[in-house]
Amino acid sequence: MTEFFGIPAPVLFGQLLLGLINGAFYAILSLGLAVIFGLLNIINFTHGAQYMMGAFTAWMLLNWLGLGYWWALLLAPLLVGASGILIERLLLKRLAGLDHLYGLLLTFGLALVIQGLYRDAFGSTGLPYAIPAELRGGQNLGFMFLPNYRAWVVVVSLAVCLATWLVIEKTRLGSYLRAATENPTLVQAMGVDVPKMVTLTYGFGVALAAFAGVLAAPIYQVSPLMGADLIIVVFAVVVIGGMGSILGSIVTGFGLGVIEGLTKVFWPEASSTVIFVIMAIVLLLRPAGLFGRAG
Amino acid sequence: MAGPPILEVDELHAWYGESHVLHGMRFHVREGEVVTLLGRNGAGKSTTIKAVMGVVPKRSGSIRIRGVETIALPPHRIARLGIAWCPEERGIFASLSVLENLLLPPVVAEGGLSRAAVLSLFPNLAERLSSQGTKLSGGEQQMLAIARILRTGARLLLLDEPTEGLAPVIVQQIGRTIRKLKAEGFTILLVEQNFRFAARLADRHYIVEHGRVVDEIAASDIGPGQDRLVAHLAV
Ligand SMILES: Nc1ncnc2c1ncn2[C@@H]1O[C@H](COP(=O)(O)OP(=O)(O)O)[C@@H](O)[C@H]1O
Ligand SMILES: [Mg+2]
Repeated sequence: MTEFFGIPAPVLFGQLLLGLINGAFYAILSLGLAVIFGLLNIINFTHGAQYMMGAFTAWMLLNWLGLGYWWALLLAPLLVGASGILIERLLLKRLAGLDHLYGLLLTFGLALVIQGLYRDAFGSTGLPYAIPAELRGGQNLGFMFLPNYRAWVVVVSLAVCLATWLVIEKTRLGSYLRAATENPTLVQAMGVDVPKMVTLTYGFGVALAAFAGVLAAPIYQVSPLMGADLIIVVFAVVVIGGMGSILGSIVTGFGLGVIEGLTKVFWPEASSTVIFVIMAIVLLLRPAGLFGRAG
Repeated sequence: MAGPPILEVDELHAWYGESHVLHGMRFHVREGEVVTLLGRNGAGKSTTIKAVMGVVPKRSGSIRIRGVETIALPPHRIARLGIAWCPEERGIFASLSVLENLLLPPVVAEGGLSRAAVLSLFPNLAERLSSQGTKLSGGEQQMLAIARILRTGARLLLLDEPTEGLAPVIVQQIGRTIRKLKAEGFTILLVEQNFRFAARLADRHYIVEHGRVVDEIAASDIGPGQDRLVAHLAV
């Protein structure tokens, strides 16, 4: 059997794949956070709860309405995104111009409330969600076994991240978004309805989180706290990539997932802390993050 | 030769938080005119322009654009009445290329200049379209800030100190541009510190002091009015 540094190839590649999967979730979630932070100047602590809501919406659609995975992939982001729009209109809007701290406290409190409500309704043990029939099974690549669903998650996450990046960097809508991130007042004085753009942007970031939640449902258990653990790591990813940097959050998300996976192979004890160690080092050497603009 | 008033400001007050900056500004601009706001630093000229665009934190009074009362409208609705603002700090976006900066403001009315026409007014920009917006020199950034509002179809332009800190050749180029725009029928409200520059372009001057208009001088009066101006503007 082929070995690398004394590690059997299937183990190494297996962990690498796990790392990529985690990285995919880090990337989508930190991308949403970056877009929201850029325009709203709010660190959206509700993001993990909204990811969880995406997974639960998929579960409810299936078990209550008989709508399967593919419907969930479309409907859950729309529904959870709409709830985000309500939150922005009713609550976040009132914080415009105030210190970051208020947005952080509000969204953190909201996350606790939402998670509490779900725990009350569904209990804290996880609920199963089956892999859709089309994506069961896997491929034997010779050096490892590749489950189809996991390959799908990595590919579709990459596609969503790249599409988002392209829209932001290459389209007219994206130029409004970038400009409004720098100077919303001036963009609004040019005739762009910036308040509406802010609301829709929050809705979009939340929809991305819900989309990740649907992708996660068949891999992890659907449970009220599934986002609470993940989001802490995602915040570290955002800090490492540079708050508000779009490309930074995508690259850092996937990269750190892989680093975490490899750490599991070579130094298992460190795998749960490696991202935080990297965060500390990056903060010391480049406080604005790897891709952040200083100042 | 000037048409009906297209900007009428009356009893305009504006505040930044607790600080009351405009105390009843009153002036008007007629279609096709170039009108300046002159006054010392801190008199409230930029605040007046920002109040017209609706981007000060708090304002009251009356601002009518082509007869439409705008005091309660949000900035994007005001802009869509065909008015455009070139801010004192220029507002070129670092995350946008020169071309993206140029194409950023949405078209709000028919009759804007084509991209080619804008670039022929400012040939320097044509060579720098793919550069990052803020990599341009100060003069080029100023030209870009003017150029991008000419595309939008807005016929009423608010230019806040377009010559501030620029070299004399560039000041001359901007002067020629303003004269050309006036000839094409644009209406311009111009804030200037550089009185010699303003005097050659404007039909009328308003003197602003402590958030109020304290005098109005017609260009034809500029000879005899010069003493009054000097008295107002002397530090
Ligand atoms: N963003 C702001 N916050 C608080 N005060 C301001 C702000 N901008 C301007 N001011 C104050 O308002 C007054 C008028 O300023 P401004 O309109 O910029 O004057 P001008 O353009 O005539 O030089 C000044 O006293 C200035 O200090
Ligand atoms: Mg000023």
